[in-house]
Amino acid sequence: MSKKILEISDLHISFHTFAGEIKAIRGIDFDLYEGETLAIVGESGSGKSVTTKSIMRLLPTNNSEIKSGKIMFKDKDIVQASEKEMQKIRGKDISMIFQDPMTSLNPTMTIGKQIMEPLIKHQKMHKSEAKKRALKLLDLVGIPKPDIRIKQYPHQFSGGMRQRVVIAIALACAPKVLIADEPTTALDVTIQGQILDLMKELQKQIETSIIFITHDLGVVANVADRVAVMYGGKIVEVGTVDEIFYNPQHPYTWGLISSMPSLDEKNNELYVIPGTPPDLLNPPKGDAFAPRNPYAMKIDLEKEPPMYKVSDTHYAATWLLHPNAPKVEPPENIQARMRKFAKGVK
Amino acid sequence: MAFLEVKDLKVHFPIKGGIFGRTVDYVKAVDGVSFEIEKGKTYGLVGESGSGKTTTGRAIIGLNHITAGKIVFEGKDITDPRKTKQDFRKNVQMIFQDPYSSLNAKKRVLDIVAEPLRNFEKMSKAEERKRVQELLELVGLSPESIVKYPHQFSGGQRQRIGIARAIALKPQLIIADEPVSALDVSVQAQVLNFMREIQKELGLTYLFISHDLGVIRHMCDQIGIMYRGRFVEEGTTEDIFQSPQHIYTKRLVAAIPDIDPTKREVHMQFRQKVKEEYEQSYHDYFDNQGLAYSLQPVSSTHYVALPEKG
Repeated sequence: MSKKILEISDLHISFHTFAGEIKAIRGIDFDLYEGETLAIVGESGSGKSVTTKSIMRLLPTNNSEIKSGKIMFKDKDIVQASEKEMQKIRGKDISMIFQDPMTSLNPTMTIGKQIMEPLIKHQKMHKSEAKKRALKLLDLVGIPKPDIRIKQYPHQFSGGMRQRVVIAIALACAPKVLIADEPTTALDVTIQGQILDLMKELQKQIETSIIFITHDLGVVANVADRVAVMYGGKIVEVGTVDEIFYNPQHPYTWGLISSMPSLDEKNNELYVIPGTPPDLLNPPKGDAFAPRNPYAMKIDLEKEPPMYKVSDTHYAATWLLHPNAPKVEPPENIQARMRKFAKGVK
Repeated sequence: MAFLEVKDLKVHFPIKGGIFGRTVDYVKAVDGVSFEIEKGKTYGLVGESGSGKTTTGRAIIGLNHITAGKIVFEGKDITDPRKTKQDFRKNVQMIFQDPYSSLNAKKRVLDIVAEPLRNFEKMSKAEERKRVQELLELVGLSPESIVKYPHQFSGGQRQRIGIARAIALKPQLIIADEPVSALDVSVQAQVLNFMREIQKELGLTYLFISHDLGVIRHMCDQIGIMYRGRFVEEGTTEDIFQSPQHIYTKRLVAAIPDIDPTKREVHMQFRQKVKEEYEQSYHDYFDNQGLAYSLQPVSSTHYVALPEKG
């Protein structure tokens, strides 16, 4: 396997609010390899965005706190880095695409200026040089007539075009890591497809690693190499995209896959994960998913499950994988997927 | 006779310009749309943003001024909102897209859900309270919720409050404008299931507006696809998904992400092929202004916007 570029270990993040301490991230570990796309999925409040914002050190300083843990990037611990050091990393080595292209661009600056900004700041380019590069970038992300468009303001662009501009800015310095936080959620399906294809194409060209945050499993199946499933501030399952879609082990992953409206069959009732997400103000003892888990055992309510190894690339945190655990029957559609996996997915 | 009939609906918004603020041009948000909905069915309106699907929905309920065309609900013309009777307002309700902004943050749930009751029914305080509690139970919220405020609920729960408000007057038609777009997959499943359940229970008819084809396919009996204010294709769910005829529909169907990682190469190639076909044959399917032609029948249920032959 290729080289690790980002290593996150035992990360704990809390928010201090009037109601008390919210333990948003409760000990997560994951690695990002060179050139891969890692998708992080989970419902809102599971900690996906907090995790990635901590990599950029973009969490609000007044009420958030990284309690412990390490984020290693190029032999440097980002958790310990000063703001000045971070400013050198942000936009140059690690950059980010935000969800809403309508609000992530500055409405009072031409898009040309916004693309040139990181080039002038990080790569110490001359203005005319930066402009040439900006034109090239606009062309690269598929914006027609770049020489006219470069002088225009964000309001003169449609949603899909704005997201292309945001991608151009994020890729301006050819970053090592690109974090995409729901980059297509605000876009229409056809535009979404185009943007996803574009990101994949560009990834090949500049060899970045991408962390892709989304709650849309369809998108995950399309772009990801590996998938991490988050629940209640923890990673509950991680594996290659085939392993997660065809051999899922955690009951939460089963629930997520079952609740998608499927295009193959028109079934009448969608599966619903019962209950509500855990209250991270007082995180539950034991497995956070246990109260919503139809397969929960007594131990789930008392003790947190460790990460069990399923294969070299596939880990899941559920007591069901304990050697002494009783055999359970996953939902029918998951079993069908597992049978397909057993036969070899290809 | 159809339950709801929309005939050649046009909604044009004026563009004001110059020092005198005169009307210089029009934005043709909806430009000649016709369809019918049967009682108890779900009709899906699909299209990209700016295609006029929301404007159509809002025009039916009377939130947008109608430039031309006719809307007939149960045999009665309801085109002019000033002339419509109160009972139409009672019979048609709307569920909005964003559960965060469609509820008044300063009002308790009791006041939010009771508002339509206060407008149309003469109820005593005690009756009203009882009815609201029943409604909340129906949407799966505890009766004690009535004294809480919207911020105390999650997104899915808020959308349920919006639904409780919409069904308070036992309407016959509900216009659901992207009701699940702002929700997580797991919550989305809850709301969709629930909407189907109450459809059976209360015999509701839905006009379901969405850009998510997976959801549309799951919910709808009939589908109309909009592009720049016009229909490009209309048919049953099978017609649209099994044999899309218009190049725009083909492209839309091809763009749905498939939850099967093994097929992604094939899928991407297919998408590329459809995109090329789209670019090549664009002029066969759209007129010189880039608008869709009028609908021609392909079968008894399936209509496609194609140029007239000859």
